[in-house]
Amino acid sequence: MASALINVPAKAKRGDIIEIKTLMSHIMETGYRHTASGEVVPRNIITGFTCRFNGNEIFRADLFPAFAANPFITFFTTATESGKFEFEWIGDQGFSETASASIMVE
Amino acid sequence: MQQLPNSSRRQFLGLAGGAAVLGALPVVIVRPAEATPAMLASAIQNVTGGAAVRTGKVKLDIPPLVENGNTVPMTVSVNHPMAPEDHVRSIHVFNEKNPQPNIANFHLSPQNGRAQVSTRIRLADSQKIVAIAKLSDGSFWSASVDVVVTLAACTEEVI
Amino acid sequence: MRFAGAIAAVLLIANTAFAAEIPQAERRSGYDFMKPDTKAMQDEDTANPGMLWVLDGEALWKRKAGTANKACADCHDDARTSMKGVAARYPALDKATGRPIDLEQRINSCRTNHQQATPLPFESRELLALTAFVARQSQGARIETGADPQLAPFIAKGRELYMQRQGQLNLGCANCHDDNWDKRLAGSAITQGHPTGYPLYRLEWQSLGSLQRRLRACITGIRAQAYDYGAPELVELELYLMSRARGMPMDAPAVRP
Repeated sequence: MASALINVPAKAKRGDIIEIKTLMSHIMETGYRHTASGEVVPRNIITGFTCRFNGNEIFRADLFPAFAANPFITFFTTATESGKFEFEWIGDQGFSETASASIMVE
Repeated sequence: MQQLPNSSRRQFLGLAGGAAVLGALPVVIVRPAEATPAMLASAIQNVTGGAAVRTGKVKLDIPPLVENGNTVPMTVSVNHPMAPEDHVRSIHVFNEKNPQPNIANFHLSPQNGRAQVSTRIRLADSQKIVAIAKLSDGSFWSASVDVVVTLAACTEEVI
Repeated sequence: MRFAGAIAAVLLIANTAFAAEIPQAERRSGYDFMKPDTKAMQDEDTANPGMLWVLDGEALWKRKAGTANKACADCHDDARTSMKGVAARYPALDKATGRPIDLEQRINSCRTNHQQATPLPFESRELLALTAFVARQSQGARIETGADPQLAPFIAKGRELYMQRQGQLNLGCANCHDDNWDKRLAGSAITQGHPTGYPLYRLEWQSLGSLQRRLRACITGIRAQAYDYGAPELVELELYLMSRARGMPMDAPAVRP
């Protein structure tokens, strides 16, 4: 099942500052809700998001229950060279997902 | 942040009727429904280590009146270069009235080119949002915004 | 027009519900009632959480299922071509039963009859994903639902259900969506109730959901007993709503509060 939507421009000019948009499918259960019988619905959230470019970390986020479901995170990066972005999401209950996107920089 | 109000009462009545053991009713510990200004202050303290925080450079873009507290678009940006020798190291966002004070921490690098992050957050009530930026020279800058939430972050289950 | 006027007059007397139908020129999509931030969420594919279901649906389209071991793609090929405009004319007449069926039921009947697979439960992730994927192929297409004359009695029934007052709050759909649209209810805009964007991502659900889910929630909201998923009443209501929106462009999967 596809879980993530990534928006990375396929091409950019050297020195351009480009925006990267990511959307990951996840319920982001806060851990503050209760079932009808009064039990707490256990927390189940994405806790971390990392973006690496050609192996180097360029952006990292710590997420808390205050993030809306299906976390949407956008950030910027400078186009320096062609290469591959690698995205990683980790979270509760062993959640771990990755995605990647390539860019050609001229 | 949804709580069914009848559940604990029903539980109580059930126990009282069934067990009929006086003085031995279990205590239900309820988590505080909202963060306090003290929690917010101490969360900020964890990041700044007590250092001075100046107002400025940081911009918090949140609609002043949100359609639904479940999904509030938020953009936080810092008006500061992102050069290797002088850049924004991290941005930390806090709130006042959600069950806990932290919203997010964003760790940046000079590679970002621009210190700007957008996301969507949950807000339980009308409250103040605070964003603190840490620069590479160790200084802290902040901005805060008051948001009015007409429909709090309550999820409607599938009926 | 006069005939429609006569029906309106009869319903007026019968239901004591004043319901002025929205003139064609004043019809507006729910999208128009949204705040700029919500619109922005819908406008961009990477920002629209509903697209996550569309992506899932695209994968499911190609997945073999059932004892027949067939995928949707095996009969329908590329959905971009075969499903173009399809959602814009649903609910449609099911020749087998002579009754209207909606898109979800159509997908399930295909699963049962052609894939020999078990039908997908209503509001399950898989059914929502497939419905969203199919509906997406009608993006921008003008709604044509109800053109078939054989559907006329069912549309009339749907209209009746739309107009009737019910529940402890004694409200009919028309009371809000025909008479009081553009006012606000509990902080949210009351739209005209055109289902141009279904299945849609509702912020209150933090998930994608079907029109039937929305109808059931609304009916529960006026403190009436909601019809079961797949009930003929819900399909007739869907049929009426879609034919009432005829000519408006589809924008599934939409984002609404």
